Amino acid sequence: MIQLVDISKSFKTQKVLDGLNLTIEEGKTTIIIGRSGGGKSVLLKHIIGLIKPDQGKVLVDGDDITAMNDRDLNETRKKFGMLFQEAALFDSMNVFENVAFPLREHTRMKEPEIRERVRSRLQDVGLSGIEGKMPSELSGGMKKRVGLARAMAMQPQIVLFDEPTTGLDPVMTEAIDRLIFETQRKYNLTCVVISHDIKSIFSIGHQVAMLYDGKIIEFGAPEEVKNSENPVVQQFMAGSLEGPISIM
Amino acid sequence: MNSVIAFFDRFGRSIFSALEEMGRMLLLFLSVVAWAVRPPFKMRLIVKQMEFVGVKSIFVVVLTGLFTGMVMTLQICYGFRMFSAETLVGSTVALAMARELGPVLTALMVTARAGSAMAAELGTMRVTEQIDALYVMAANPVKTLIVPRVIAGITMLPVLTVVSVFVGVVGAYFVGVPILDINKGMFMKNMTTFVQLSDIYNGLVKAAFFGLILSFVGCYKGFNTTGGAEGVGKATTEAVVIAAITILISDYFLTALMF
Ligand SMILES: Nc1ncnc2c1ncn2[C@@H]1O[C@H](COP(=O)(O)OP(=O)(O)OP(=O)(O)O)[C@@H](O)[C@H]1O
Ligand SMILES: [Mg+2]
Repeated sequence: MIQLVDISKSFKTQKVLDGLNLTIEEGKTTIIIGRSGGGKSVLLKHIIGLIKPDQGKVLVDGDDITAMNDRDLNETRKKFGMLFQEAALFDSMNVFENVAFPLREHTRMKEPEIRERVRSRLQDVGLSGIEGKMPSELSGGMKKRVGLARAMAMQPQIVLFDEPTTGLDPVMTEAIDRLIFETQRKYNLTCVVISHDIKSIFSIGHQVAMLYDGKIIEFGAPEEVKNSENPVVQQFMAGSLEGPISIM
Repeated sequence: MNSVIAFFDRFGRSIFSALEEMGRMLLLFLSVVAWAVRPPFKMRLIVKQMEFVGVKSIFVVVLTGLFTGMVMTLQICYGFRMFSAETLVGSTVALAMARELGPVLTALMVTARAGSAMAAELGTMRVTEQIDALYVMAANPVKTLIVPRVIAGITMLPVLTVVSVFVGVVGAYFVGVPILDINKGMFMKNMTTFVQLSDIYNGLVKAAFFGLILSFVGCYKGFNTTGGAEGVGKATTEAVVIAAITILISDYFLTALMF
């Protein structure tokens, strides 16, 4: 279980998170929605200790990672896999080495095992046979899928996805959603997914949290959130220009 | 009155930010040392960086060393002719190369070539979140990125310096003996008499120190890059300027200490 307790974070004068509370349950998929630039990626980076909050605590299985030393934080991070919004592939390595990287770092797997694992992860994301390509030779959507394969390579307990399907075509979106859904169920993973895709929310989410103004303003099952009374949530779900969210 | 306060305010701030930067450099340096001695040693990455810093710099280092040795011979011979000391030209050039020009010119060339590349590479990795990705995969970036580069800098600069001094002396010979008509026997004899092993040895100590400076500054600047492509450009420029100045200043003090 992951708990964010009273998290506040500002960059210079800009307050991005403002006393945010969120509980992410084990073995479930929690979707985070919210407007662009609203702090979703910043929130996700707090969960894995890439950004330290100005105030508040991040508890992963009960331990506060904001107070950990580097060694303990490293141990905790081994439970995680993460897909970055821009994939963050190592551009000095080819696709194979990218996906194999966490395996080489943290396991004593033999070369044939590594090769087999990489092959099957790439197959999962529909990218068989591109092991030899460099990241600069891939399209945006392909990079994202390689990032997905890398995040899943270690079979982590907790996976954080920053917009896994943004920039993919509808068929591929469906395929990635199904992949997340099935892996989550098969290994009983805890998934945190940032998504703008309303359809995905209903197909993979157990819980939905809406971030607005630095706080979680709505939390619940997808149906509950969809039927929320809150005008902000209503406007967001409807994608309407009319309402409290201004685009200025 | 207000402008006086404003002046001290600004002055104080810039001192604070300079101190803060020095503190951060020191912290990073300590963590580089700590990770450098802690196994497992990433031999593959270290060898790759040694190849980049060492092997791939040989061409520029040979060119600089050769032409420096040649032009020094021309210039010094001009002066020494005035009191008929041409036979000392070879040993003078060799001493200058071994003690001073070899290490410094090599370090400056490698700063321009490899130090800048380190800053640009790490800076790009920073702004594209690749360094964050390393943290997420619990692979310490200091260990995987900075330690191999610093080790490569410290070990390869002395090697390159030897190459530079050697071709410098060869250049001196070919300008001095066939072109300027210096007596071949005396040229060689004076060289072996006046150039001591300690001259070369001290030059190599300097070179190792310069290697540390250029690789560490390059990595530090790259590692702390902010602000996209522009930030990478700025980090690269700063890395080259700071490393070059630090090399020249520390050269004076090292020389004063050692010789
Ligand atoms: N490292 C940083 N330094 C300064 N400001 C930052 C930093 N990271 C994020 N911000 C700011 O925090 C705000 C939230 O950014 P964030 O990336 O979390 O948005 P987001 O909700 O993920 O948006 P999107 O859906 O477009 O990805 C933005 O206004 C951004 O300018
Ligand atoms: Mg984002």
